[in-house]
This record gives sequence, C-alpha cells and structure tokens, in this order.
Amino acid sequence: MELYNGPLDVKEIFGRWLDEEAESNYGAYIPFVGTIRAEDEIEALSFDIYEPILQKWFDTWQEKAAALGAVVKMAHSIGDVPVHTSSYVSAVFSPKRRVALELIDAFVEDFKANAPIWKYDVKNGERMYAADRSTPMDGSGLLA
Amino acid sequence: MVKIEFLGPIGKAPIEMEASTLADVSNRLKADSELSSWLDKCAVALNDTMVNDLGTVLKDGDRISILPPVCGG
Repeated sequence: MELYNGPLDVKEIFGRWLDEEAESNYGAYIPFVGTIRAEDEIEALSFDIYEPILQKWFDTWQEKAAALGAVVKMAHSIGDVPVHTSSYVSAVFSPKRRVALELIDAFVEDFKANAPIWKYDVKNGERMYAADRSTPMDGSGLLA
Repeated sequence: MVKIEFLGPIGKAPIEMEASTLADVSNRLKADSELSSWLDKCAVALNDTMVNDLGTVLKDGDRISILPPVCGG
C-alpha cells in the first residue's frame, strides 16, 4: 500500500507494479484508476486518511487475494488532488483473468465502503466534507 | 482512563474519560450535543481494530476511534 501527498503519478506506479510482477507468472493484470472529475465547480478533492486501520483493511484484502493465488496493490492520495488528476489506483494480478476481474470489483467496492478515508470538495480554496457521497462503515451507529 | 479520538471531518479534539465498557463511552458521548448528529452514522475502533459490541470491556490506556462515513477514491 502506498500513500502520497497530492496527486498520483499513475504511469510511474503502474509501470513499477508491472516490473515488480514481471517474473511472477501472472496471466492477468487489471489496473483501476480513479480520476477527479470537474463537476459542481470544484477545483480539487481533498482526502484525510487514518492509516493504521487502512493498513489493516488492506492486509485483510492481501490475505483474501493470496488465498486465490492473486495479489492486490493500491495507492492513494492525502490532501488536495486537482481535477483531472488521480487520487486512487489499485490493481490485481492473478494467474488467470476471471479471478482478477472478480477481485478488482469486490476490492474497489469494499474500498469505497470501508476504507477509512474522508473526502472533501475544494471550492475557492475551502474544504467541505462530502457528506452526501460518504458511506457509513460496517457497524456504524454502535454508540448511538 | 481511556482516550476517545474523533477522526476525519468531525473536527473535535480528543477527550479522556473513565469507562469500563463501550456502553459507558456511548452514554457519555450521547450527552455531548456536538456529537448528536454524528453518532448514529459512525463506526468504532478499539486500539485500531473495528468493534461491534457495546459490551466490549475497556482497560486503562485504551484508545477508541470514532470513524464517520467514508468516501475514498
């Protein structure tokens, strides 16, 4: 798992991951790129991350992938990420395509629902929590 | 004493309190008007492990994190 301040260098990351697994005998490599869209007059999105729990969440996914003979990788931004740049990339490597196609779907969806990352719209230099697009994590409401 | 941390957009400074279970923490936080709009949608971690049981027993020095709704990517 890789965390960076600001936008991701997508080509460097995907190229490096490809090199890392070049001799691993995986038949499928499925990358996913999340790019900040220009909408609602935002200049950027901004992100807070709670790394200890994100790392545990990611470790659990690495174990799930390993059980299928696959590998998952991800990188995410911290702080401001301007429109038309990328804040999130992930990828699955697996021996055959079917496992990778299913795993990238499950991994990215669970990422959206349970990775401890908070998103803010940036307009006129001001950061506003994206409450309407955010999802309560599994188990929410315990203390209410 | 246990320490309560409020993550992400909640924007509240950490607090310390005496508590023997998460139910004690719940009672204390429910009395805090700053948190009334957050608690029903927040998840809870104890020493960086997610927890789902109000009966979870706490010990001195435990750290409890309150996690509001997320949106990575």
